[in-house]
Amino acid sequence: MTIKQLSIFIEIKGGTLIRVLELLGKNNIQILASTIADTKDYGIYRVICDDPTRAYLLLKEEGVNIQLTDVNAVYVENVSGEAARVMKLFSDSDIHIAYMYSFLLKGRGVLIFRTSDPSKANEIITINKLQSVFEDDLKQ
Amino acid sequence: MPKLLNKKMAYRRELPDWSSEYLDPELETMSREEIEKLQVERLKETVSRCMNNPIYKKRLEEAGVSADNITSVDDIRRIPFTTKDDLRNNYPFGLASAPLEECVRLHSSSGTTGNPTVILHTQNDLDEWANQVARNLWMVGLRPNDVFQNSSGYGMFTGGLGFQYGAERLGMLTVPAAAGNSLRQIKFMKDFGTTAVHAVPSYVTRLYEVMQEQGVDPRKDTKLKVLAIGAEPHSEEQRQRIQNMLGVKAYNSFGMSEMCGPGVGFECKEQNGLHFWEDYYIVEIVDPETLEPVPDGEIGELILTSIRREAMPLLRYRTRDLTRVLGRGCPCGRNHVRLDRMKGRSDDMMVLRGVNIFPIQIEKILMQFKELASNYLITLTTDENNDNMTVEVELEDLFTDDYQRLIQLQKDVKRALKDEILLTPHVKLVPKGTLPVSEGKAVRVIDKRTVYK
Repeated sequence: MTIKQLSIFIEIKGGTLIRVLELLGKNNIQILASTIADTKDYGIYRVICDDPTRAYLLLKEEGVNIQLTDVNAVYVENVSGEAARVMKLFSDSDIHIAYMYSFLLKGRGVLIFRTSDPSKANEIITINKLQSVFEDDLKQ
Repeated sequence: MPKLLNKKMAYRRELPDWSSEYLDPELETMSREEIEKLQVERLKETVSRCMNNPIYKKRLEEAGVSADNITSVDDIRRIPFTTKDDLRNNYPFGLASAPLEECVRLHSSSGTTGNPTVILHTQNDLDEWANQVARNLWMVGLRPNDVFQNSSGYGMFTGGLGFQYGAERLGMLTVPAAAGNSLRQIKFMKDFGTTAVHAVPSYVTRLYEVMQEQGVDPRKDTKLKVLAIGAEPHSEEQRQRIQNMLGVKAYNSFGMSEMCGPGVGFECKEQNGLHFWEDYYIVEIVDPETLEPVPDGEIGELILTSIRREAMPLLRYRTRDLTRVLGRGCPCGRNHVRLDRMKGRSDDMMVLRGVNIFPIQIEKILMQFKELASNYLITLTTDENNDNMTVEVELEDLFTDDYQRLIQLQKDVKRALKDEILLTPHVKLVPKGTLPVSEGKAVRVIDKRTVYK
């Protein structure tokens, strides 16, 4: 039901972001989607890549402040209104969305999100027959 | 019971004619020979007094020093130094030279690390202290018809009661306004016709900002004519700015609780350095590494010996403040040594808004948070005339994917630091590996304030 996301602590002014990107590149890890919050001093850089476990160990080894986070990932049809329909399922059940972002995986729309209640979120996904993204789907 | 020093001399009952430039004409205008003669006499008295204290007695005997073999001021160099650690290690009363029943008050340093330093006072000490402060205030033109508002912290901090008693001793109407509540301070100034204010420089600036917000023009709406500023390092530029803001002279005041409090040194109307009162103290400037005296004009550590105190005289106290001798004569007619404003510290103590802070205090708090790594950096800055502290600290591990929890951690660290150092610093979390490494002597403090210039 969930996939692994890299959560990386970065300083907005510092060179952490470049360092992380270069390390991933050098080790042939491909970033599929990533997002960074617009904050004053520091933030969390969130990354979906093709090999999260290897990326995590590698960056950890390099002393980067990193956490491997379980996030929900579901496919959505590439038509307008789909994201709204899917997210409404959660909000109707009083599940709070901490953050959400989307990308195209091999031509298909994907929503990544983290909720206040992971087990209830999984229930919603099952009941509504939403199609989850699995880690193997991320491999190139 | 030890004999009190010149009991009859301490309390002042009469003031000179108001037109006199000097509150104590004889003492203030002594020649260098007269000053040194008095210092030898008082140093002898002080050394015999210190023999009442077992720690000092042992030290003096080991150094072969007694009142009898002191014949010149230079003999002071045979006496071992006293340090802040001596005070801490003998907390609270271990360095007292008078029995407790003769003491009437105690004060404590504004620092908050470990054991505070406690200073005892006899009634004579308090009287002399008030005389010193009164001498300073008279020197800058204040008379009994002035109204003195003391906007300094009270309590254990000597800037409160020290100025209170000194201003009263001079006969002024004295307002113990204490620090804070700027609107009320300004109201008092207007309503009471305040002519003189004592405050730390950054608070004077704050008062002016509030006056501006309230549409109060200090030149027209107040009777202010004199400011006494001290207890916090400040630059000549900062003084000029304060003078321009309020349209009055601002005089630099030096004091430290170990020596009594404010009143140790003060600027005269010439504003050409601090006159340190050599009838109360022997002043030395030494190289902080070799502890040998440095020539006049060269910067070194200020060493003070209190030669007029009963409860707790300190011999060759290492103040850790860096300064230099500017001269020993002055157009004002006083020959007491003139010292430059303090140029910094020979240890890592920081003075921020009148509070003494050591980096170790910050470190101790940061280490209590398991989310934080051991590297940190303290930066002191002057922003819009206020001194601020920023603490940057590395995150040990990213323990959450939730930005709100990082903000919460930042708030928790800030609160814990405030509880320790009594000021609220800016706290900034930074990724691991971005601050200087703690091997050897890492730079922990960067002082960017416009102070030590």
